[in-house]
Amino acid sequence: MVEIGHFALVLAFALSLVQSTIPLVGARSANERMMAVGTPVTLAGFALVGLAFVILTICYVRSDFSVANVWENSHSLKPMLYKITGTWGNHEGSMLLWVLILTFFGSLVAVFGANLPASLRATVLAVQGWIGTAFLLFILSTSNPFARLSPAPIEGRDLNPILQDVGLAIHPPLLYLGYVGFSVCFSFAVAALIDGRIDAAWARWVRPWTLAAWAFLTGGIAMGSYWAYYELGWGGFWFWDPVENASFMPWLAGTALLHSAIVMEKRSALKIWTLLLAILTFSLSLLGTFLVRSGVLTSVHAFATDPSRGVFILCILIIFIGGSLALFAIRSSSLTPGGIFHPISREGALVLNNLFLTTATATVLVGTLYPLVVEALSGEKISVGAPFFDLTFGPLMVPLLLLVPFGPLLAWKRGDALAAAQRLMTAFAGSLLAVMATMLFVDKASVLAALGVGLSVWLILGALTDIALKAGFGSVPAATMLRRLTGLPKSIYGTALAHLGLGLTTLGIVGVMSLETENILAMKPGETTGISGYVLRFDGVVPVRGPNYTESQAKFSLATESGQPLGQIVSSKRFYPVRQMPTTEAGIRTIGASQLYISIGDDTADGGLVVRIWWKPLVTLIWIGTLVMMLGGAVSLFDRRLRIGAPAGSRRRRPAQPEAVAR
Amino acid sequence: MTRKQKRLSVIGGALGFLGLAVALTFYALGQKASYFYMPADLAGATLEPGQRIRLGGLVEKGTIVRDQGTEVSFSVTDMEQSVKVAYSGILPDLFREEQGVITEGSFGTDGVFHADSVLAKHDETYMPKEVADGLKAKGVWQEETQ
Repeated sequence: MVEIGHFALVLAFALSLVQSTIPLVGARSANERMMAVGTPVTLAGFALVGLAFVILTICYVRSDFSVANVWENSHSLKPMLYKITGTWGNHEGSMLLWVLILTFFGSLVAVFGANLPASLRATVLAVQGWIGTAFLLFILSTSNPFARLSPAPIEGRDLNPILQDVGLAIHPPLLYLGYVGFSVCFSFAVAALIDGRIDAAWARWVRPWTLAAWAFLTGGIAMGSYWAYYELGWGGFWFWDPVENASFMPWLAGTALLHSAIVMEKRSALKIWTLLLAILTFSLSLLGTFLVRSGVLTSVHAFATDPSRGVFILCILIIFIGGSLALFAIRSSSLTPGGIFHPISREGALVLNNLFLTTATATVLVGTLYPLVVEALSGEKISVGAPFFDLTFGPLMVPLLLLVPFGPLLAWKRGDALAAAQRLMTAFAGSLLAVMATMLFVDKASVLAALGVGLSVWLILGALTDIALKAGFGSVPAATMLRRLTGLPKSIYGTALAHLGLGLTTLGIVGVMSLETENILAMKPGETTGISGYVLRFDGVVPVRGPNYTESQAKFSLATESGQPLGQIVSSKRFYPVRQMPTTEAGIRTIGASQLYISIGDDTADGGLVVRIWWKPLVTLIWIGTLVMMLGGAVSLFDRRLRIGAPAGSRRRRPAQPEAVAR
Repeated sequence: MTRKQKRLSVIGGALGFLGLAVALTFYALGQKASYFYMPADLAGATLEPGQRIRLGGLVEKGTIVRDQGTEVSFSVTDMEQSVKVAYSGILPDLFREEQGVITEGSFGTDGVFHADSVLAKHDETYMPKEVADGLKAKGVWQEETQ
């Protein structure tokens, strides 16, 4: 059966060669039969990669240690969930997941693109085929997940214990859906360059893909951040680690793309720029794949490294990025520029957004690659960490966040900044109030913290103001308002939700960065300590046996200062004998939006235990905010105007949109 | 404004913006990038007290000393020189004698390296890359047998 999986991959590779060429030749020579080859070949390729993936999963579930990949990363005692998720908890499996998602997106284009012009669809599928070909060749030649061992070992070497967590079931698939989702935007951009034609309809086709990929990537990054937060025991949510930056750069560029595509769809301006952003976003996804998978960086994500893999991905990277940018340089001048606009207008605001976001992307890129370049050139080793990004990324984000509420209030073509400012007076007053309240009522709040809270409240109220104004809040009767609210296009709600989520995330970051308290001490059983108005009692350590690990659980009782009990918190250290590796399981208690976070260290000489306790105010808002952003993306995706992907039929094009309201 | 003037103003604005970002970036790289040293490299380096660096090497055998509280000290060695490191807090799970470690912090006036973060490897097969490269360069690297 294992060989069937390998064979399916080889067949998928052969099919992707067909997918790369025949539809493209058909599109160039207007041969309809050749163009029509694209759809079935794409679907068959997806089915074959899917088959290979299912077979690998079955090998994991059955603990078939004759497969080298399973032997290296699994163990018969491992819980079933981790056997399944372990399929992509290693280099080979995760690359297979990457290609599976790539072919999945290709199939979505094939199925839902029925009303695309035939030549555009054929070209898009061909470009998807190029990417698929490159990565299938990579898997088959350097990272075959189906390599066999003979004789088969009796027991496996187990999965890295840090990865034995539900996070592995969610974080990589979501992240890849985002990363690879941008391949569709890339393929559309390259197809437009090949066709030499780009119009507002193109933007309408690209926007839903961008939205979907962006929403998934947002979720993937947030999930990775929460996972690192609770699993590594350091209590941090973002480390500016190169691996995190690798996923953050496509997110920033994708966010810019999301906004510039709006301008292109509504006003057919910024065409060439949008095209370039689509190429850059996916290029950054590829760069991320290279950084994480090639072994140039060391992290949990860099599994066993092999130099030939790094060189191979680097070649893919150079061919795709170089090729697409060269194509852009040659063909972009043939595209006609679009409408003009006044600098103070919705378009102007979105251009400013793009300027900030792409510059921010560039600073993150420099911070991430600079150490690699310096080491390659001079052999000197340096590390660029949080202080660098605080100084470069931070100053770029603050003005951007300040300007966010203005954007949706400006009219297209020529806006009135003063009128927008007047409309935002309530939101501004609310933020000032928040600043003052923080200064007055929160202990130890610095001016900076108060301003940060004000900024977050400004974003949140700004998003709500937009909806309130569009519904005519306060100026029309309640019934009219309700009717307007239900009649608003979903994309307006999407925008407001995404901006609101951004405000929540900012509030969480400000809360935890400026108001966090921390206490490191050695505790003996029975001792108590106070933190942020709570009393924590150390009850003692209990040994526990898990399926494939042993654990010492430190138990703590939490109570308020007045002595009211709030239950127990368990923080533990696990030891996985197969890998001879300990892990920390932090004890976390959520109170409101804040969390109490306990991680335990070593025993002290006199029978105590080193305990590190954090009070993390509003920390959960960081991830709740990203969920709201994802929700915003999803709501926008269901906007009627974007349902171009749906098959042409009765649902398509209801004529009258309340454009007057949507402006 | 004509179309051309508008375009020029947009390009001008964008360039000014980029210039600002570039200036910030270079300033930050000059100030905030921390450099990596092995203990033997320190002899030739001129470090001011308080300057942040990363110090990497192996945890020297028999040098880990814990006090009654949360203070712990140990020596980091590259088989040529060793440096005493003081740290308060919880050491990473995989912190062990004779294993690779990277500490980040600065030297105090007492000549002891005061670390505020200690990084060990993530799993049993990997050594922090900087440490592995440094040990290889000094010829004391022993290939781990799998």
